[in-house]
Order: sequence, then C-alpha cells, then structure tokens
Amino acid sequence: MTELPVDAVRPPRPGRWLAAAVAGLFLVWLAYTIIVNPNLHWDVIVAFLGDGRILGGLWVTIQLTVLSMAIGLALGVLTAVMQQSGDPVLRGAAALYTWFFRGTPLLVQLIFWFNIGLVFPAIAIGVPFGGPKLVEWQANELVTPFTAALLGLAINEGAYMAEIVRAGIRSVDPGQREAAEALGMSHGQVLRRVVLPQAMRVIVPPTGNQFISMLKTTSMVSVIAGAELLTVAQRIYLGNFEVIALLVVASIWYVVLTTIASVGQHFIERRFERGHGTLPARVRRNLRPFAGGGV
Amino acid sequence: MDRPMVEIRSVRKRFGALEVLKGVSLDVPEGGVVCVVGPSGSGKSTLLRCVNRLETIDAGRIRVDGELIGFEERDGRLHHLPPARLNRQRQNIGMVFQRFHLFPHRTALENVMEGPLVVGGVPREEARRQAEELLDRVGMSDRAGHYPAQLSGGQQQRVAIARSLAMRPKVMLFDEPTSALDPELVQEVLAVMRDLAASGMTMMVVTHEMGFAREVGDHLVFIDDGVIVEQGDPREVLADPRNERFRAFLGRVL
Repeated sequence: MTELPVDAVRPPRPGRWLAAAVAGLFLVWLAYTIIVNPNLHWDVIVAFLGDGRILGGLWVTIQLTVLSMAIGLALGVLTAVMQQSGDPVLRGAAALYTWFFRGTPLLVQLIFWFNIGLVFPAIAIGVPFGGPKLVEWQANELVTPFTAALLGLAINEGAYMAEIVRAGIRSVDPGQREAAEALGMSHGQVLRRVVLPQAMRVIVPPTGNQFISMLKTTSMVSVIAGAELLTVAQRIYLGNFEVIALLVVASIWYVVLTTIASVGQHFIERRFERGHGTLPARVRRNLRPFAGGGV
Repeated sequence: MDRPMVEIRSVRKRFGALEVLKGVSLDVPEGGVVCVVGPSGSGKSTLLRCVNRLETIDAGRIRVDGELIGFEERDGRLHHLPPARLNRQRQNIGMVFQRFHLFPHRTALENVMEGPLVVGGVPREEARRQAEELLDRVGMSDRAGHYPAQLSGGQQQRVAIARSLAMRPKVMLFDEPTSALDPELVQEVLAVMRDLAASGMTMMVVTHEMGFAREVGDHLVFIDDGVIVEQGDPREVLADPRNERFRAFLGRVL
C-alpha cells in the first residue's frame, strides 16, 4: 500500500499576524515604561522584598489563608450535610447561616468581630441562659486582630464553601448512595467512603479558586490592623512615604503566593480524577440518556 | 416444609397519588430462583427495592429468613428499625443494580473489598484474599486493578455481583441486571448468575431474559399494574400463558 502523508501548506492569516504584532508591541512598550519609570523606585522595591517585617506579614497572610480555609471547609461540609438533613430545624439553621454571612459584606463582619467586646464584654463557658459560669475571659483579651480576622474570614468562607460542597454532594449519582446502603453502610460511612470522595471532583476546582481568592482577601484584614502583608506594607510606607514601591512589593508577594497555589491546585485535581476521565467513562456518560429505566 | 427465605405478604407501595404495588404476596424458598417479569412501570423493580428497604412499604410485611424487614413489632405496634439494625439486615441481602453502581473511585478489587472492610470489619488482608477469590469466581481476576470506567458493562456487572457476594448474603436481588448491557455482553453476566443459582443461592431476579427464566428459574411471576397476574413453573407458564395481558407481554418481548 502507498503512504499518502498529509503535509499541506496552511493558508496565510494576515489579520492574526497584525493583531499579534500590535499586542506584542504594546507589551514591550508597557514593560519599557514600567522599567524606566523613575517614580517606581526599583531599588526600594528590591530592598523591601526580603525585609523582615514584610516576610513576617507574608507569614501571617499564609497562616490566615490556610487556617480560615481549613475551618471554612469544615464548616462548609457540616453545613452542606445539615442542608441534606431530614430535620427542618437543622436545615433551617444551615440556611440561616449561609443567608446571613453571604448577605453581609466581609468588611463589615471583620470590623464587627474586632469590636465584639462592645456587644459581649465577657465570654464564658458554663450553663447558658444566665446559669453559673465555669471560666470567663474578657473579650478584649481574647479577640486580638488575628483571632478577629480568623473568625471573620473562616465563618464567611464556611458560608460559601457550604454551597460548593452541596453542589459536589448533589453531583454524585444517587445510585452510588443506594449501592452503599445496600451493602449495609451507615449514613456516616456512605458519606465518608462513597459520597464525599466522589463529590471532591466537583468540590476541588472551586475550592482552589476560593483558596487563591482568600490569599488576596486576607488583605482586607488591614482595616483591623491584622499584621498581614498589606498592613505591614502600609505601616512601612506611612513611615518612609514609599507608597507605590511598597504596594508593588506586596503585589509581587501576592502573585508569588497565588502562582504557587495554582500549581498545587493542578496536582490536587489530578489526584481526585482517579477512575475518571478515560475514554470509556466519557462515552458511557454520553450514552446514559439512552439507557432504559425501570420503576 | 421450611419457612421461605423471602416472604412477601400483601405489600402495598405508593409514590404520591400513584399506587405502584397493590397487594403483592410472594415466597422465595431457600435456594430458589424466582424471576419477576412485567412491562415497564408495572412495579417489579419497586417490589425488589422494598425487600432491602431501599423503598419503605405502606402496607404488608416482608420477612427475610424469618426476620421482619425495616420494622419490629413491639407492644402490638410496628416501630421503624433504628438505622444500625436496618444496616445489619441489609448485610444479609445482596443487591445488583441495572446500572451496576460500582464505586468509580475504586478499582474492581477495592470495590469488592469495600463491604467486608468497612461494614464487616474484616481485616484488610483477609478482605483482599476473599475479594480475589470472588473476582476469580466471576472471571474477573485479570482485571482486579482496573477502575470501573476501564471495564465493559458486562465486566462491571460481574464485579458488582462479586461486590454483593462479598457480604455473604442469604439472598441476592437482581434488578434488571442485563438491561443496560450491549447484547453481546448479556451472556457473560447470565453465566455468572447461572453458576450462582447452581451453588444454591436464593435469588430474586427482575428480568426481561425469558430464556434465563425458563432455564434457571424455579418460579416465574408476571406483574402488571402492581399485582401478580400470573405465576407458576417458568417452563409451563411460558409455554402456555393463560392471562391475556401476559400473552400480549410475551408477544412483545419474545
């Protein structure tokens, strides 16, 4: 048999070449104006990139992000499971939580948590509704900028994660639950062993987005002097008036963090694709509407 | 005579305004194979799903090995069983679904190990050994490390049967086990079921495979519109169906 290789010449695309040339030229001009701009103070930027205070703020930003995402995820799973409950009080409590915390601005919540001492001057563990107290703290000692920031970010995040987890749980074929129940699994086992691992495929990508978004959202904590990256940068430029340079320093670190997080997201997503994404699965999914169903 | 392995008495089930089962009674003796046939929407799958309480019945009684399913009788009243005891009952009842429902994030071997490992509390090594034996029994040893998406429908259904058998059930329920399969894959699943029947397993099979019913079934039940319309020895009722609707149904499927 004769080989008939296809080695054809592509038609010219003058429009595309022109657009690429314009875009390229624009990028070069942009880089040039930024690099030669005397107002940016590149020497200051370089000097402060590794500054101890900046690195300390960076560490607080990382801590706030990781902790509030972890607590938010736990709250989200709990709330999503409550939303699926057969009990109307549990469902109502979950709905109230997401409704309130998605309905008020995070900025307001942060300021509120920081000033919680104005509403509840003392926080105690004991019998509620005015019973005896075992331990008591002054709110002003307990609520540091860090704890206020963590409370605000985590509780707000939990309300959003609840929706993401709920969508994940709903994406799992109801037949999976039935198959697990038919084996005799308890509700908890069905959730842990069968539903959540499969829901993770749907949960992980938006959670990665939330994480990346959270890295930057932590900068809001600067309104309550949270000692994270932006707060630290602001404190420094209030002293030396290098406003732009320090904002650039902070921005560079935010970009570094989000880039690392994006790479991590990619690998975690691959982990939860186990058993999916091969050709037969996709073919089967497309064929599903044609399969007969008995009552 | 011994008491039947599955005893279904005057079972009624409604979904909203639609009554799907209108008083069905049926016995499956130990080691018996009962095939349930009927047009789509007749209630045959619902009947099967009531036996392991994937559906809750509205009236009647279902007993498996003498034990009332889903309820207990105390002080002259029925009480719903607490979840832990219902789960224990379900361990005795294997179920095979039309669409397999293998766990997609676990390999064939892990699917078969899952029940004994998580529910049965069997040590991992022991569960693995049993799962390997069961995969061998359904002819799937060479695919033990494959994920469900890498298996054909017939192979998935054989793994699903092995997964149910891993709980050592007293009775196996099959809900149209070959209806979602390409025609050339049906026989490999029926062959496994034939072996299972020959080994003395008590089976309740909702199916459209009249050949299987005739060859393997001890008893055939035709359900239409929520009631048993005709039943008897499969060879006899299939050769000489008396009921008009059963005759029309056979005309369509044969």
